[in-house]
Amino acid sequence: MSPLQLCLAFSSVLFAVGLTGALARSNSILVLLGIELMLNAANLNFIAFWRYSPSHSPATGVIFVIFAIAVAAAEAAVGLALIISIYRHQSNIRLQEATRLKG
Amino acid sequence: MTAALALIALLTIGTAVAAMSRRSLLNSVLLLAGSWVGIAAFFLWAGAEFAAFAQALIYVGAISMALLFAVLLTRRSREDFAPGPAVRSRALYAMLAGAALAGVLLAAVARGSLAVAPSPVPVVTVRQLGRQLMGPHAASLLVTGVLLTVALIGAVVVAAGGGPEKPEDAP
Repeated sequence: MSPLQLCLAFSSVLFAVGLTGALARSNSILVLLGIELMLNAANLNFIAFWRYSPSHSPATGVIFVIFAIAVAAAEAAVGLALIISIYRHQSNIRLQEATRLKG
Repeated sequence: MTAALALIALLTIGTAVAAMSRRSLLNSVLLLAGSWVGIAAFFLWAGAEFAAFAQALIYVGAISMALLFAVLLTRRSREDFAPGPAVRSRALYAMLAGAALAGVLLAAVARGSLAVAPSPVPVVTVRQLGRQLMGPHAASLLVTGVLLTVALIGAVVVAAGGGPEKPEDAP
């Protein structure tokens, strides 16, 4: 296996772990953590391809990762605010019980 | 070189699996911070120092702290974590889905023609990054700044909650 394949296998397993966590747990904070893990696995792919491919612009992969991290930070902030809002309305953060759209 | 990558991968995946399978939320968040440290180590290994710095600063520093605050703010009772039969079957299906996805991805990676020539580590200085961000990517940078501002304001509005609901929630 080439190093690039090792990196891609690493990120694939990490993505699968994140997907399993996001699907299996009913606690909304853990679901958010699973989504963050999947985003991180995508970032690993960006860096792996940047490292092992002859590119025209030398900074492309790093810039992709910087923007992805910024968007992930925004997503985490909004997600945590939603979780706190859900907790205020129904006194727990189980996703199965968050079935009302009305506030 | 490859041994270091394997070590980093084992550390990251091990902490991620442990974080996703722990019953206690606090343990999960702290283990996941360890997983993010592993990802920053991978960025360092690949030669992307600035990305490693950003990962450590934003994920290990900021997001893990915000998550810890959320865990502490929403902690009520143990009933959230009591496993029932529905939870077990859903966990089983989730593991099946995750294993199937991992199998498909790993097979695609193993069979793909990704044999690359050994290349030197690309060197990116912070100066280059800044010139790229301010030059060709200036529009994306501005859009990201607007997105972060809107997300921050939205998070404050959502978390601060509606005013008229307060009297009902109080008792």
